[in-house]
Amino acid sequence: MIVEFGHLALIIAFCASVFLIVVPTIGLRYRWINFTNLASPLTISQFLFTLISFLILMSAFVRSDFSVKLVAKNSHTLKPLLYKISGTWGNHEGSMLLWVLILTFFGFLVACFGQSLRHDFKVKVLIIQSTIAAFFYAFILFTSNPFERYSIPPFNGLGLNPLLQDPGLAFHPPFLYLGYVGLSMSFSFAIAALIEGKVDSVWARWVRPWTLIAWIFLTIGIALGSWWAYYELGWGGWWFWDPVENASFMPWLISAALVHSAIVLEKREILKSWTVLLAILAFSFSLLGTFIVRSGIITSVHAFASDPTRGIFILLILVVATGGGLMLFAIRSRDLSSRQSFSVVSRESALIVNNLLLVVSAFVVLIGTLWPLFSDLVFEKRVSVGAPYFNIAFTPFFVAISMVLPVGAMLAWKRAKLNQTVFSLWPALILGVALGAIVWGFQTGGRILGPVGVSLATWLICGALTDIWVRARGNTVTKRISRLIRGHRSDFGKCVAHCGLGIIIFGISAITAWETEDIRIVSPGEKYSMGQYELQFLGVRQYQNQNFMTTQGEFRVDKDGEFFGSLLPEKRFYPVAGIWTTEAAIDQSLLRDLYIVLGEAQDDGKWTVRTYVKPFAIWIWLGALCMALGGILSISDRRFRFSAGSKKVL
Amino acid sequence: MLYILRVRFIVYVLTIFLIPFFALAVEPNEILIDSNLEKRARIISKSLRCLVCRNENIDESNAELARDLRILVRERLSVGETDKEIINYVVERYGEYVLLKPKFSLTNILLWFCGPVMLIFGFFFAFLSFSKNRSSEDIVLTTEEENKISELLKD
Repeated sequence: MIVEFGHLALIIAFCASVFLIVVPTIGLRYRWINFTNLASPLTISQFLFTLISFLILMSAFVRSDFSVKLVAKNSHTLKPLLYKISGTWGNHEGSMLLWVLILTFFGFLVACFGQSLRHDFKVKVLIIQSTIAAFFYAFILFTSNPFERYSIPPFNGLGLNPLLQDPGLAFHPPFLYLGYVGLSMSFSFAIAALIEGKVDSVWARWVRPWTLIAWIFLTIGIALGSWWAYYELGWGGWWFWDPVENASFMPWLISAALVHSAIVLEKREILKSWTVLLAILAFSFSLLGTFIVRSGIITSVHAFASDPTRGIFILLILVVATGGGLMLFAIRSRDLSSRQSFSVVSRESALIVNNLLLVVSAFVVLIGTLWPLFSDLVFEKRVSVGAPYFNIAFTPFFVAISMVLPVGAMLAWKRAKLNQTVFSLWPALILGVALGAIVWGFQTGGRILGPVGVSLATWLICGALTDIWVRARGNTVTKRISRLIRGHRSDFGKCVAHCGLGIIIFGISAITAWETEDIRIVSPGEKYSMGQYELQFLGVRQYQNQNFMTTQGEFRVDKDGEFFGSLLPEKRFYPVAGIWTTEAAIDQSLLRDLYIVLGEAQDDGKWTVRTYVKPFAIWIWLGALCMALGGILSISDRRFRFSAGSKKVL
Repeated sequence: MLYILRVRFIVYVLTIFLIPFFALAVEPNEILIDSNLEKRARIISKSLRCLVCRNENIDESNAELARDLRILVRERLSVGETDKEIINYVVERYGEYVLLKPKFSLTNILLWFCGPVMLIFGFFFAFLSFSKNRSSEDIVLTTEEENKISELLKD
């Protein structure tokens, strides 16, 4: 019975969203304040009813109520509690419910904490937010109802895909969705601003933290996903340029551009129409990502054919939101002219360059992702676009961004003196080139990628540090440090995030250029060496766990003749799904990861073993963490608190 | 329930020791002795798609077909064929779909040049709107005036 209440709550939420579209709109038209006042309570009730519905679905998973189709198809009594909970969103229907829950949550935040927004503007934002929600409620209720029942419940469920039974992946979708859906706020703000025909620095001050929040969640979500791929998917690859990965990477790139252009708009009241366009694009890319992941059209055209209504529905939402948004933009953007001027050498120009590079790189990823589909439909020619393409086509843009970044970040607004900025950056540049050259000298015949990565990373990190050092003006070191500490958090945020980019670039180039690999067949007791490590294969043992059975190999690792540790790679078999997974054993440190995978069993108790030394692997995720941290620091700056723009001018 | 699990466990243990379950990515017995040739084989394998997998190259794939292709690449390398000849041979046999990096061909022109062209256009438009902005600029301070201001600000 309680499951039916979940269904009912979802229907009520849908009705509330439709009501919210109609009534306050009439109120706005005829200036009936009683009608427009309904927007906030309706948004809040929408959120509460969706939350109830979601919690009921979750409780069905926790209780293993197999009379619910969704639970029977995606859960099993033997699963640990954590994966029963994460099973709620580990499937199409549940993940869409989570999507709309987060969407209404953002609306809820505006309704509750948006007092400083002008009443009419806030109502418009809520109406637009609710329109998106209405589409998704309809989508869930009509094509993918999570509360469907079996008349005769099965004895047990089919279980969750074992690959998804992992703490890293259990929390990866909620983070990604918080990011995807967070961008709906910027979209709603952009559309509301276009309707009113007015965009100013107060608008930007509102949009920037929302975009930043979305961007932080996207960063964490993408990092979690890549971390999971690294230790779960086999050989320690951490990014595959898979359509599903690209789907989350494109909104990340666009929202990074939006965060930067909103700064320009806020400080200088220029780039108005460009920022609005980016806000529309960012959410369109989110929807496109949802479409790619949910319809499965890119990974296989057949996945789309198996359930076309779902794909077409999301495509419809995508077309309405993007098309409608862009059309409105085309009609109204001319009103958004700005009269400020700036010189070629200025922070404004630097940020325009940043925006161009980020947006173009996002479009390169887009073209690469959609090309197989396009080529098939237009030229009737099947092609594959994989990692080798993206590595060539995408990387140059990020190299360019990294080269320009430290200089651009230090230029003064309006009109800057280039030689002055370059002068303070000389040490960073020299250090970067020198370190690159040293690495180049030390590595024997390796790839150029290593030294280039080291140079770029040093240049970025030292550049970011120089920036914050110069910013804290002072004659003595102590004075500077005390000024640094009292300085603005957003300056710190900028520094930390840019350092994060440097760290990621270093990690990526190090692991790509200097990884070593060893593949061999070992018999129990056999020793072999890998770099400075002596490894001994001690044998395998088998045991069973709550929901899987495992074959665990044991390796003794010695370094310089002394015991260093033991590593236990596993091969797991999940009987419910009938799937094997590999669990790599990783000894992690700042300098290198020692990574062992158990391969295939051979005759006489021998096993195939793959051993890798992956230098500086962890830096990739440390860098991502730094970026997210930078974002959090920026948001916590007093200047960007929502109350900061308390003048009701928007 | 436990009983069922135990039976399953026995079956599972038997499976491991009696039946080789699947061929994994590059097996030791595939590896060429000549390390230079092997290095080339790995690079070629990374650019060829496993035709029965989802977005995986044959170097990483566990599929039987991928294994056959890996061995084919290595056989041809041992005979002394160049990388290009081998890739052409594989493309002839399986079609362009096997390439993870599409060819620079007329149909793929948009794929390869979209990025650079977009960037050039972007800069062009940015410059255009910039110079338009410039002409409408109302007040420009001369260096003399600027110096005056900075002197005033010093106090």
